[in-house]
Formats: sequence, C-alpha cells, structure tokens
Amino acid sequence: MADPIVVAAIPERTMGAAPTTAHPAHEPRDDVRWILGDKGPRDITDDVCRPLGRRPGRGWWAAFLVALAMLGVGVASIGYLFVTGIGVWGLNRTVGWAFDITNFVFWVGIGHAGTLISAILLLFRQKWRTSINRSAEAMTIFAVMCAGIFPLIHMGRPWFGYWVFPYPNTRGPLWVNFRSPLLWDVFAIGTYFTISLVFWFVGLIPDLATLRDRATGLRRRVYAALSLGWSGSARSWKRHETVSLLLAGLATPLVVSVHSVVSFDFATSVLPGWHATIFPPYFVAGAVFSGFGMVLTLMLIARKVMGLEAYITKKHVEMMCKVILAMGAIVAFAYATELFMAWWSGNPYERFAFLNRAFGPTGWTYWVMVGCNVVIPQLLWFRRVRANLAVVFVVTLVINVGMWFERFVIICTTLQRDFLPSSWADFSPTLLDIGTFVGSFGLFFTLFLLFCRLVPMIAMAEVKAVTAHQPKADDGKGGAT
Amino acid sequence: MSRRVLVVAFDDEHRLLAALRHARATPHEVLDVHAPYPVHGLPELLGERPSRLPWACLAGGLAGLGLGWALQVWTSVHDWPLNVGGKPHDSAPAFVPVAFELTILLAGLGVVAAFFLAERRRSPAPAAACAVRATDDRFVVSIGARDATFDGPALARRFREEFGACEVEEILVEDAT
Repeated sequence: MADPIVVAAIPERTMGAAPTTAHPAHEPRDDVRWILGDKGPRDITDDVCRPLGRRPGRGWWAAFLVALAMLGVGVASIGYLFVTGIGVWGLNRTVGWAFDITNFVFWVGIGHAGTLISAILLLFRQKWRTSINRSAEAMTIFAVMCAGIFPLIHMGRPWFGYWVFPYPNTRGPLWVNFRSPLLWDVFAIGTYFTISLVFWFVGLIPDLATLRDRATGLRRRVYAALSLGWSGSARSWKRHETVSLLLAGLATPLVVSVHSVVSFDFATSVLPGWHATIFPPYFVAGAVFSGFGMVLTLMLIARKVMGLEAYITKKHVEMMCKVILAMGAIVAFAYATELFMAWWSGNPYERFAFLNRAFGPTGWTYWVMVGCNVVIPQLLWFRRVRANLAVVFVVTLVINVGMWFERFVIICTTLQRDFLPSSWADFSPTLLDIGTFVGSFGLFFTLFLLFCRLVPMIAMAEVKAVTAHQPKADDGKGGAT
Repeated sequence: MSRRVLVVAFDDEHRLLAALRHARATPHEVLDVHAPYPVHGLPELLGERPSRLPWACLAGGLAGLGLGWALQVWTSVHDWPLNVGGKPHDSAPAFVPVAFELTILLAGLGVVAAFFLAERRRSPAPAAACAVRATDDRFVVSIGARDATFDGPALARRFREEFGACEVEEILVEDAT
C-alpha cells in the first residue's frame, strides 16, 4: 500500500466563503503551536499512517536484527539458568538480591513516565502530551513486561510462578502471605500492567478505525476486528472521553502506588540503608526521572527515523527536559536527605551503611550514580543545551545509566555489608547476569520496533483535536525542527 | 419502511456546529454526528445526557475493595491463620496495598466493560460515500426525515451555500422497527 505522498489534500470548498459564525470569538485558543506546519486532519492521518503502509527501511531492519540478537542472548541466558539453577548468577547468600532485582526495579521505573504522560498530564490538560502519549504508553507496557521477567526467574523454580496468586489449591489450601510486600508487588505490578494495557488499547480504538478505513484486504480485516466497529459517533466519543478521564484518574494513584509498593520491598526490612520512610516518594520521583530519560531517548530516535519532526518538536523536547530537571531535583534532594538522616539518626549502623555506599568496595558505583543523576542533568538548565538535541540525547542516556546504578547501589551496597562482619561478601555479575540484562533490552526494543510498524505511533485523533485549536503559522515562528 | 436520510459532511468543526444549530431548528431529526475527534460542545448540542459510566467505575471500585478485603481477611484469619512474626492475624494495615490495587483494577476493568457494553448499541457511520472519511477528516451529520415536508435537495443546497458543507448525499435507511 505505497501511497503517494499527499502534500496537502485541501478539500474543495464547494460554495462560497464560510459564514462568519465559523470561528466564534469565545472559542478558547492556545497561544502555543505544538504541531508545526498547519497540519489539517488529513495531513495528520497521512503523516502518521504513511510509515505503516510502507515497507520498513534498512535502518529499521538493522535495529530490529540487533534487538532480536539481544533478545536471543537473553533467551539463551534464561534457558541456561532454567536448566542449571540460579547458582549461575553472581549472587550469594549475603547479596541475595543482586543484578536481577536491580533490573526489575530499573524496568518498573522506566514505565512510570508513560503513565505520567498519559494519565497525569491528561488530567492537567497538557496538550503537548498528545504527540508522545501513545509511544510513552507502549514503552510503559513493554517496560513492565521486561520487569516482570526478573522476579519470575529469580524464584529458582519459575515453573511454580503461579503459586504467587491466591487460588484454592491442594497444598492445604495454603494461601499466600498477604502481609508480605513481595506479594503486594504481584498485585501492584499485575494491576499496573493490566490497567496500562487497557488504557492504551481504549486510546487506540479510534486510530485503528482510521487505519481500517484506509486499508484494504487482510490489513483491513485485522484493523476492523481490532477497532471493534468504531464509527466516530458523537455518542461514542463522549463515552470514550469519559472512560479515558476515568482511567486517567485511576492510573494516577496507581502509578504512585506501584513504585511505592516496590520501595516497600526494601523499606519494610530492617536493613540500614533500606529501612527509611523516605523510600516511597524517593522511588516514585526516581521512576519518573528515569522514565522521562527513556521516553526522550526513544522519542529523539523515533522522530528522526519515522520522520515525525513536525509532531515531536523541539518544544516537546524542551518540556520533557524541564520535567527531568524537576524530577532530578527531587532525586538529588532525596540523596541528600538520606545522607543527612544517616548522620542525624545517630545510628552507627545507618552511618556505616552510607559511608560504605560512598567509600566501600563498590563505592565507585555511588559516584557514577551521583555524577549521572545529579551533576550532568544540571546541564538542562541552559536553554541552549535543551535546544541541542544531540546533547539532550546524550544526557538522557546518562540518566538511564545513572538510574540503573542507583538501584544497584541501593540493593548491593546495603546487602554486601550487613550487621555481622563474618557474613560480609561482595558481588560481581557473571556473564549470564549481563546476558539476561542485555536480553531484557532486546525484548524491549524488539517490541518497540514492532509497535512502530504495526500501530500509529502518534494518537491521531488527539493531535487533530489539538491542531484544530492552535493558531495558524502566519509568522513562521512556530519553532524550528 | 425506509427513511430518507441526508448525510452532510463538513471539513471544519466550527462549520459543523453552526450547521448543527440550524439543523436542530428544522422539524427533522439529527440522527447522529460522526467526527474524527471529540468536538467540544457537540454532546451538549445533541442533548446528550451526562454519561452514567462513572457509576460503573464506582461499582467496580467498590467491588474490588470489598472482594480484596474479604479475600485477605478470610484467607489470613479464617481459612489458614498463619503466624507471621507474631503479628495479629487480622493485620489491617498490611491489607491496604492489595485492597487498593484490586480497587483500581476492578474499577478500571468495570468502566471499560461498561463502555464496551454501552457501545453494543452504537450507531455505525451512515452508508454514504462521504461518511467513510469521518475517521479521517470529515465531520458528518445525518439528518433523518420526520415527515413529508423533508425536502432533501433544498436542505442540501442550504447546507452547501450557507454553512459550507463540502459534500452532501441523500440515502435511504431501513428502519430497524
């Protein structure tokens, strides 16, 4: 379905000029142009659907093959783990949660930016979200899938993974322990995944109908089945808006609860460095911080590869940079508070835990964390930096690295030096640890690349509604690409 | 029994709203409007009642909360009381996270299920050539004849000339009765 590029399908206006009532004075209008180049609804449909109709280019195939290869490494690593046991990892009796739980927390955190963009920014009526919410939500779903793998394979006998669900069984019935934060995780992550998926799909329905009405043959039948007979009726739109708002309202406390519950895994323990009331807000802010880093990384690639520069503009990048700055400030404040409380508590174990973090055997990871999460993001204060997409891209990569190290620091430096010096031990990952982590990136990018090819990356209907109310580009100062 | 329906397509939401105000003043029935995105003010103009979907959401949420709490209390206190660190069996604060997550889960699934159920009685786009683009860039109004005074061509001219409709088509629709 290689459509010729429709430059501007301005529909013929049959008769005369529009009546003067066409643009009533009370109609609210924004003063910001989020979408460049006076796109009409038809242009938006064409721009967003065009890549889906074309055969993928070399760049996409190259990226896809690399992602598949990484996924293969992961599958092989996990396969070997299954037949051998978790002794193939670098963890030990002392550092029982190591690389894998670090990866779990890392991936769950990545997902949070998607929900923030799709739910919280919807409630705040932030129009710039419409260009990026679809792909950010997809990122959430894929990141949660990656996260889910790690606790499962950490179980030792993952084929009994379903034992975490409370169902009547022949083992007693022996029920799950509802007082355990690890079980709360099952419910939090399960709910988060389900609601994110449903929210994403409900948002996709109108756009799938648009694809259905453009497609022919098998594609048309598939999109027709997926779009559930959507016709764009005013009644359906009203219901759709209500459902979207309600789901956003539900997803907002949900996303806060998810990383809070993840932080309970640590905070409800008695270990110095973990047992802290600051953990829930600290984890949520860190999650949003890392998630926005990943969203920006992906968006900066996608806008170039998919040719969406008019939709994901420098202004969008600027807004996301500001969110990163704000969240980074909270994260930095949390680091400082942790240090202060360790000193202020007067508790020698707590003090030792933090000295060990910064100057112990893996102290360098602490300084990587501080450098990546606190020092380097400060560059984003400068407008010239925010406008330089190459620099922003590097900063987002640095944040991704830094946030992975944050989780590593929290988990490993605390565990390696507990109360009893005779049980002190160090941790270093094995090749299989690293292979599994690489595999999770492979899964993430494989799914994301397939997503780019199969469904519209940009929420067309929402962008159309935004462009209908934005001022026309009469001065050419809409922001350069 | 079939009914004459005039399908009028606009390429702009403001023209649509102006034309719709006019159509509401005629004796004929505005059957539905199909649009590529939710147009503000349209449901009010069509006299839509406020949606009852929030009630489904509330019901789902309450069910989730009730079931979640009941499940935890029943399993932890009655069916298999387990001593965990000497804590009371009915340790309510520990039951909050799971009950909260189940509240959210069932509220979300409940409202989406209600949405899909309500949409079973949806109105498909009219079988006119111009209505296919309602998922792309056209705002399509369907006006059904109420009586013999329905003058399709005259109405069509009016919508074209006064309200800037880009396409108008008259179709016959079988009544569902």
